[in-house]
This record gives sequence, C-alpha cells and structure tokens, in this order.
Amino acid sequence: MVGGGLAVVTLRNVIHSAIAMMICFGSLAGMYALLGAPIVAAAQVLIYLGAISVLILFAIMLTQAGDANLPAPFHPQVWFAAVTSIAVVVVVAWAVVQTDWKAAAAVAGVGVQAIAQALFTDYALPFEVISLLLLAAIIGAIYLARRPEDDERAA
Amino acid sequence: MPSLEGYLIVSVLLFGLGAFGFMARRNAILMLISIELMLNSVNLSLVAFNAYRPSAQNAGAIFALMVMAVAAAEATVGLALVIAIIRSRQTAEVDAYSDLKE
Repeated sequence: MVGGGLAVVTLRNVIHSAIAMMICFGSLAGMYALLGAPIVAAAQVLIYLGAISVLILFAIMLTQAGDANLPAPFHPQVWFAAVTSIAVVVVVAWAVVQTDWKAAAAVAGVGVQAIAQALFTDYALPFEVISLLLLAAIIGAIYLARRPEDDERAA
Repeated sequence: MPSLEGYLIVSVLLFGLGAFGFMARRNAILMLISIELMLNSVNLSLVAFNAYRPSAQNAGAIFALMVMAVAAAEATVGLALVIAIIRSRQTAEVDAYSDLKE
C-alpha cells in the first residue's frame, strides 16, 4: 500500500498516478476490514474506489491533451519538500514508537448495527450537517462547471 | 496480529507521501490526489485507534465516515475548480497560474 502511495507521487504520467491511487485506496479498504470495521471498508470502496477515483480519472481525461512531451513532474522545490516531509514522518513515527498506548491486545470489532444506531442517535446533528455540506458542494460544483457561454445566455 | 503502532506507522508514512506530493508535484490534479492521500492516512489512524480502544465506543469509525463525506465534497468542488481553471488557462501546471503576481 505504501508502494502504491509512493507510485502516486513519483510517476510521471498522471493517469498512472491515479491508478496507483486506486490500488492504494483498495488496500486501505482491506486494512479497514482487518481492523474489524467492515462498514468503513465498504464506504471506502464505494466512495473512494467508486466515486472519487472515477471523478479524478474523468478530470484527467478531460484536461490532458495526450501524453506527448510531458513536462517535468516535479517542482523545483522538490528537495525542500522531501526534506520537510521526511522530517515530519520521522518525528511523528518516533512519537508513535515512544508512546505507551495502553492498547487492548485484541481488535474490537465494530458492528454495523452499532454504527447505525450511534449515527442516527448520538451523531444525528453531524449527520445532517454533512448532508447539507454535500448539497452545497453539489450546487457549487455545478455552478463552477458551467460553460461560460451559458452565463452570457442567462445574462 | 499487527499492533496499533504498525497501523500508525503506515498512516504516518502515507501522510508523509501525501504532504510530499502536495509540495513537490506541479500538476493541479496530482495535488488534489495528494490531499486525498493525507485524508486517507488520517482515516486509517482513526479506525486503528477505534479498533484498539474499546472505550472509544465506535467514535473513530463514525468520524472516519464523516471525513470520507467531507473528502468527497472537497474532491467535487476542487475538481470543478481545477477544470474551470484549466479550461481558461489551457494548462494543469500550477506554476503557470501567476496572474496575481504580474
């Protein structure tokens, strides 16, 4: 999975990066299933593999003129970026290793029914706010994606 | 049986890759993909904490679902913006978006 993530950020062709991203997200869904959260795994497959990956592939196909004379993939500041992110990873990984998490030895499975119960009782307000946010996002995306000539006709 | 630390290390690695991609790549769509990678790594750590802490009472899994919904909204609006910019500018390279500088 980490290999998939590495491929995402290093491959030159954007389409290859997007497919590596799908591999990475798919293995993440497997990890969620291992962690005893099948509902999160299912949501990962539906939302990321099903929706966001297709959206990103469509965006790439709409915008790429073809893979002739691909520009250099990296920004000139690539070395600063590499140093910064490696430093962040080392510091946080060190903190993770040093901390005594007092974790339970066994994975506690998450029942789908328990999640649904909590989602519609304790977390009902966040649930409604999320649906409002998604509605706003849909409207905003439609507005942004309109072609300019539609504006002139409407005006 | 992998440990909690193992999952957290994988999550940190994924976050670092996402941050690196966001800072180093020049393609606007690749930058959005990197943001998705970072959000996914946070989701992984949330679900891992949820699984190894029975006292969490499923809060981690529910929060991960919320993060997914917000990520979907962000991807929708972000890609619409990127497509609009690319249509007017004919390039996906963020270095070319320098109108405000000139």
